[in-house]
Parts: sequence; structure tokens; C-alpha cells
Amino acid sequence: MNLWSALDPSQLINLTISVPLIGAAAVVLLARHPNWRETASITTAVILFTLVLAITEHTFNQVPMAVSWGSTLPNINIAFAVEPLGVLFALVASFLWIITTIYAIGYMRGHKERKQTRFFLCFALAISTVMAICFSANLLTLFIFYELLTLSTYPLVTHANTEAAKRGGRVYLGILLGTSVAFLLFAMVGTWVTAGTLDFTPGGVFNDTQSKGMVALLLVLFCYGIGKAALMPFHRWLPAAMVAPTPVSALLHAVAVVKAGVFSILKVVIYIFGIDNLGQIVTTDLMLYIAAATVLLASCVAMTKDNLKARLAYSTVSQLSYIIVGALLATSVAAAGASLHIVTHAVGKITLFFCAGAIMVACHKKNVSEMVGLGRQMPLTMIAFAIGAISIIGLPPMAGTWSKWYLVVGALEADKLIIVVVLTISSLLNVAYLLPLPIKAFFNALGEKQPPWSWSEVKEAPLLILIALAVTTSACLALFFNPQPVIELINLIPGVSTEITR
Amino acid sequence: MFGQHFLILPVVLPLMAAPLCIIFGHRLFAWLLATLVSGLSFVISINLLLAALEQGVLSYAVGGWEAPWGIEVRLDAASAMVLSVVTGISTLVLIYAKASIETEIDTNQHTLFYTAHLLCLTGLSGILSTGDAFNLFVFLEISSLATYTLVSLASDKRCLTAAFRYLVMGTIGATFILIGVGMMYMQTGTLNMMDLADRIAEIGGSRTLNTGLAFILVGVSIKLALFPLHMWLPPAYTHAPSAVSAFLASTATKVAVYVMVRFIFTIYGAEYVFHTMGMDLILLLLAIVAIFKCSFMAMAQSNVKTVLAYSSVAQIGYMILGISLASAAGLMAGLLHVFNHALMKGALFMAVGAVLYRTGSVDIKAFRGLGKKMPFTMAAFVIAGMSIVGVPLTAGFVSKWYLVTAALEQQNWLVAFLILLGSLLAVIYIFRIIETAYLKKPIESAANKDIKEAPLLMLVPMWVLALANIYFGLDTSLSVAAAESTSNWLVFSTLSEGGVQ
Repeated sequence: MNLWSALDPSQLINLTISVPLIGAAAVVLLARHPNWRETASITTAVILFTLVLAITEHTFNQVPMAVSWGSTLPNINIAFAVEPLGVLFALVASFLWIITTIYAIGYMRGHKERKQTRFFLCFALAISTVMAICFSANLLTLFIFYELLTLSTYPLVTHANTEAAKRGGRVYLGILLGTSVAFLLFAMVGTWVTAGTLDFTPGGVFNDTQSKGMVALLLVLFCYGIGKAALMPFHRWLPAAMVAPTPVSALLHAVAVVKAGVFSILKVVIYIFGIDNLGQIVTTDLMLYIAAATVLLASCVAMTKDNLKARLAYSTVSQLSYIIVGALLATSVAAAGASLHIVTHAVGKITLFFCAGAIMVACHKKNVSEMVGLGRQMPLTMIAFAIGAISIIGLPPMAGTWSKWYLVVGALEADKLIIVVVLTISSLLNVAYLLPLPIKAFFNALGEKQPPWSWSEVKEAPLLILIALAVTTSACLALFFNPQPVIELINLIPGVSTEITR
Repeated sequence: MFGQHFLILPVVLPLMAAPLCIIFGHRLFAWLLATLVSGLSFVISINLLLAALEQGVLSYAVGGWEAPWGIEVRLDAASAMVLSVVTGISTLVLIYAKASIETEIDTNQHTLFYTAHLLCLTGLSGILSTGDAFNLFVFLEISSLATYTLVSLASDKRCLTAAFRYLVMGTIGATFILIGVGMMYMQTGTLNMMDLADRIAEIGGSRTLNTGLAFILVGVSIKLALFPLHMWLPPAYTHAPSAVSAFLASTATKVAVYVMVRFIFTIYGAEYVFHTMGMDLILLLLAIVAIFKCSFMAMAQSNVKTVLAYSSVAQIGYMILGISLASAAGLMAGLLHVFNHALMKGALFMAVGAVLYRTGSVDIKAFRGLGKKMPFTMAAFVIAGMSIVGVPLTAGFVSKWYLVTAALEQQNWLVAFLILLGSLLAVIYIFRIIETAYLKKPIESAANKDIKEAPLLMLVPMWVLALANIYFGLDTSLSVAAAESTSNWLVFSTLSEGGVQ
């Protein structure tokens, strides 16, 4: 079924970028009628998702899609082209946007947040830039919308307008703009001067004629320049961004923004360096071990955090580095695992954030230590949390299993046993910092005699929040039992395959 | 059709109109006349720019005396481009000034303001269109004297010391230039720039010429406020009326940069200045120190006009840095930044002037909560501020792109990195102001209650510049083509002379 078959496939790209913008305009126009305003948000989200579905169908049918908006700099266009990795990310972001909008309505109203119009406006703007990032056809386009994403989410981070929010916003902007201007722009101009092109080309743009040292330096610059990927030591912005309202943390800082970061890294690795060439670059291993260290260190820091959102933030830092590790292992299976992890981590982590927000709305609790016995009041939320946590840890029957599986296979294929060890230890650490929460919520460790549980104790979050939770938890399950469509999409990416080539 | 006399009109028109403003002594008339004349000059300059892009060089002999005996008016793409910027900004500033000077200049001095402004415009246009080195000095002095007057017009009395300081420094600079031009004349016996270029190439360097070059470069560096000769600039821009700051920041120093380019590339020849004299390293170092030191200074100020003033000095560092790379790409990046920086600083100073108009203060505290009370002014400030930072899709990004590319072309990784690091400092000093405007709560007081949006006459020119920042960030064909043909022409001309040598 293709709702948009009447349209020229390439126009779909323009639509995915402009539909959220139209939605943003509608949100502003309907500012005085909250119910209509939220209807506009949801409608836009649904339309966007159908558009992305249509693009997906064309991708499977190998229909080329590309548009150009003309040039700003001579010889470099602002141009968009569809390729499977971008489609994958666009699918995740647009689908979760629908769910998050539903959730956000429940959350923002339940929490009586201020300035909800500005919130939904910036949200729509951010999604529009994410779509542009997904389909960008060259580095310059990617860079432009990457920067716009930072700027359009800044008002969301400082939404609370408190001293802490301001401080968080400063760190957020400082690190993200700082790394992108100092390193990413630098790397981009370096690529332009060295290779003479910024287009994403299957197999990479570098060849043997370029100086090895230059390419090696560029890889380091790209890894650190894409600050949204939160590679240590430039990860501080992510915990700082947690001052934002929970729906923002959920969609933007577990899915859209951070995934834009790792997506950019994957895209650069696959289409600028080329997976096959990556192994010959001297700095690949260096960056790989930095990413591996980030995986472990961030998990350790997460254990020390009592604030639930901070703990989840560090968990995200750690999980993002899984994807970087996958990209830098320089094997097709590991890259497939990394791509798949974009999806599975997104559904898992958004579930956890939704739960954190639900707890905040219903019980006004932020710290893990206060949540002992909470299972009596919020059983559904806590079950959802457990499911999300298991998916993040990577245990069956949850989605996270598959991405970890392919990552480990990729590491073995690359003969990097140490990475396999890191992934295993990290899974254990995940268990240590995520599972205690649902366990303590349901089982009171002190063994005190408590009155039998009754329905009257239940104090669940608003219905809209629960609906959103139900969808994401079922997605965690569904992706375990039927990951085939996603894997087929990943196999379309040039140079990436879930098949072991040997 | 295009009469050849058009070439001299941007100089003559303001010169004729200037006395009329003060003779009639009517404020509204003076404003209308000044704006009209300036607008007319702008239209003419744009036509000249298009003609220069097509034909290369436009030349006109004043009074029918052929060069090198007579005075030659000579426009090429470089000068026509800067001329369009100067006349364009002047027109916008004049539209803006009507409301702005109401609170900042005594009513009986308004006609004086318009006169001085027009004289300054005369001088700047003269510098840009003359083909004669001594003439250039004369026009430089006309514009500088008018500038000292403009700075001292503010009703805030601190402007007097600032203007005096500027006067002293500026005069020293002018004297140095005069000495340098005199030495060139002594050695070559001519003042026509083309003639000078030929003869200097023939002589191939002598002690007199070297000393002359040194005097000229130091003199021009004072005028363009190159670190460490910039000390006159921050007080002058801080205490001058906002319309004056907006005009000077986006034109006067730019014209001085142009003068430097002229002397280095057209008269002495890049090869000679950079390789024989080794000026490239000196300019490069000064530019980098300027970028960093003045950006840090900008961060530490509480007066927003001073922040912008220091930021100007830092941005001038980028232009000089581009020039000091001694390549066509570097020169082009520098010239492009001349153009783009005029757009951003003009808009920023106008926005700050509007804040001064409504709140009576330019301290950063006065900006608290203005995001709500003066939404259009602050939005323009944000756009122009983004452009200073170099966010993509703004003009500032384009200049930065070309600067970094020019540096990397020469494998100059360190310089490229420093350019980018410098723009991070801009993030800090710009966002400090934006954060105050949008996130800090206003101080509750009776006077603060009735702050409202700036008048339309101030908003329109401000927004024209702000939108120009976005336009020239999206469509770079015009600005880049102008800068490119300019730099190619300049470098080509020096190279061909190098061939003679």
C-alpha cells in the first residue's frame, strides 16, 4: 500500500522536510486551542510517517530518489538523496515522533508545563532537521542541518528556564557547537581540500593518492567533531541536556539528536571513508579503543548516579559508543550490527525515558533510591521499565539481542577479542545499573510484612503516557520476533551485510 | 546609457549635498536629502559594480587630464564591491539614524550629523574610486575628520575623550601614510597607482621604498585597527552615537582594509611585500593575536557596544589573516569577509542602538528580558549574531568556509584550526547576550514596564541587514563572484608585473 504513489518519488524527500515545518506553523496558529494544536502535531507526525513508509517502499524497489536545492557554495549543492541507512534512521525517528507526541501531551498536561506551544513548535522544527539529516546527499548538507538541529533543540533544553536549565543549555550549546565548529567543519574542509568532493559515495571518496596521515587525522576529527555521538571526553552535554522535560529527553536525547550523531558517524564511515578502506587507516584502532573505553566508563558512571534520568543519560553515552565501535570495527557484519543498534536502542531507551517521565508525573520522584516498592503503585510502568531494560541489556526475548549479536559476530570476524570482552562486561554492567530498579520496585528486600496489594494503591500515569509505553514495549518484543524487514533494509546499504563473508 | 561621468558621482553627490544640509538647517530636509543622495550613490555603485565585473576596469580622467598627469578615477571589481557596501550601508544607516539620533544627539546638532555623515561618505567613496596615491591620502583625511566629528556628537560626554583619542591616533596614522606616499614619490616621481606599480617593479626595491612601505603599512594598520594599534577603536565605537558606530564599524575600517589591499597588491606587488619583505608572517601573527586577544576582551565586557567593538577588532583579524595568506584564495576570503562582516556588524550595532533608544542603556543588564519586550530587535540580533559565529546558512559561514579552505590549501593546518577556535570564542560572547535577553528575568521597575518594540524606521534597515546575512549565506553567487574576480584580478596583475621584474 502506498498512499503517495501519485507523487514523483523524489518529491517525497522535500515533503518529509516540509511537512514538519507546516506542522510547526499549524502549531503556532492554533496556539490558543490546545486540543486542536495537539491534533495538528499528531496529524503531522502520522503524515510524516506515511511519507517515510512510502520512501521505504521505493527504496526496496530500488527507485533512486534525489533532489537538489541549489548551491550555496560553488560546486557544492545542498542536495538530498535517499539511501538505506538514512531510510532506517528516518523510519525510527518518524515512528517514535508519533508515539512521543502522544506521550508528550499526557506529560506536558499532567506536569502542567509552561509554554507548551513553543515546546511543540521546536519539536516539529527539530524533526524537520532530522529528516534533512537522514536524506542529506553530501557532508555540507549534513553539517548544515546538524547545526540547525543543535540550535532548534536549545530552547527545548532550557525550557524550564531555571538556573539549572540555563547551565545545562550552556554546556549543551558549548560542547555541541564547539566540537562541530572546531573539528567537524575542519574535517569537512579537510575532506574537500583532500578529496575534492563532499558527496556521500558508496565505497568512500578517498583513494591511495591521498596522504595517509591526512586521512588518519580526518578520521579522528570526524569522530570528535560529531559531538552528538557523545564520545568521551565530549559527552558532558548529554547529561546536561537532561534538565529538559522528559519527552525531550526521550525523543531527542535518546533517539533523534544522539542518533543523528551516530548516524552521521556511520554515514561518514560507510560513504566517506568506506568500510573496506577503514582497516588501513592507522587511527581506526585508536578511535575504536576510545569508543570501547567510553562503553565501559560511561556504564561505571551510570552506576553512581541516583537521579534516574542522569543514569539513563550515561547509559545512552555508553550505548552510543556501541554503535561507534560497530562502525570502526571495519567489517560488514559489525556495521550491520551498529545500524541495527540504532533501531533497537532507540525503542529500548525511549521506553525507559517514558517510564522515568511517568514516574515524575504520577509520583514526582526523580531518584532511584526513592523508588523502592514503587511497583505497588505503578505496576504497568515498572513492567515496561523491566522490558526496556532487558532490551538494552540485550537478552532475549527483546530487540536488543540481535544488535548485540551482530556486534559480537562482527568483533569476532575482525579478530578483536578484546572488543567481545568489552561488550560482555558492559552487558553485565547494564544489568547492574538497570535491573535493580524494577526488582526493588516489586520485591521489598527488607522482608517487612506488608498489607496485601490491592487496586486502590495504584496511582498510574495518565492514559496517554501508558498508551505510548505500551507501543514502545511491544516494539521491543516485535523486533525480537520479526527483525527481518529491518535487516533486509540494512543489507541494502552498500558494504554492509549481516552475512559473514568468508 | 552609462555616461562615463557616473564614475565620479558617488564622490561628488555627497560632497555637494553636505553643505546644503547645514545651510538649510532643517532637520527633516537634511535627513531626506542625505538619504536620497546616499541612496542614489548606492544605485550608481551597483551599476558600476556590474559594469566593472563585465569590463574589468572603469577609468575616468578628472577634468579631461589623462593619467598619469591628471587625476585618474579608477574603479575595478574590488573597489566597486566595497563602494556598493559602503553606499548601501550608509543609506540604511541614514534611514535608521532619524529615530536613533533623537535620543543620542542634541536636537540642534542633527543637521551637523547629516553633514558630517555625508562628508565621511564622500571621503570613503573617494578613497575607493581614486587611482592616485596622494588623492587617497586626502580622501582618507576627509573621511577621518568627518568621523572624529561624528564620534564627538553624542550627548554622552565621554564621547569627547574617545573622539580625541581617535583623533590623535588617526592623525598619527594619516601622517605615517603621508610620509610613506612622500617616499614613494621621491623614489618614483609619480603618484598614479598604475604608474607607481610599473616603476616600483622596475626599480625592484630600494631602502627608500622599503621604508615607505613600512610607514604606509603601519599608518593603514592604525586606521583599520589592527592589533596592537586598535586601542582607539573600542572607546570610539562605545561612546559614539549608535548610528555612527553602525556606519563606522561596517564601512570605515573596511575601507582601510581595502587601502591595505591596494597598497600591497596593486602598488607594491604581493611578491615583493610578502616574500621579499616577509610581511606575511608579521600580518599573520598579528591577525591571530587580534582574533584571540580581542575575542577574550569581548567576553569580559559588560557594555554591549564595547563587546561589539572588540568583536570588530577580532573580525578585522580574520580579514588580515586572509590577506596574509598571500594567495588568490586567501585574498578572496579576506575580501568576502569585508563584505559579510559589514552586513553582520551593521545589523548588530543597529539592534543595540534600538535597545539604547528604548531602555536608555547598553549595559548587558538592560538586555534582561528583552527577548519578550523587543522581539523583532532581538531576533535581528540573534540572526546577525549567528552570522558572526558562522552558523551555516548565514553569510558568516561562507566567509569562514573560504578562510579555512584557503588555509588548508597551503597545508596550514594550525592556522585553519585557530580560525575555527576563534569562532568558538564568538559563540561565547554572542550567546552571553542572547541568553540574557531570552532567559533572564527583567528587573521589575516602573521604567522597565513600558519598554516596547523599536520604531519601524529603525527596524526596517536593521532587518534588511539581518535578512541580507541570510540571503548572502544562501545565495553566494554575487558576493563570491565579486570577491573572486577581484582577487584574481589583483593577484593576476601583481603576477604579470612580477613577470616584468
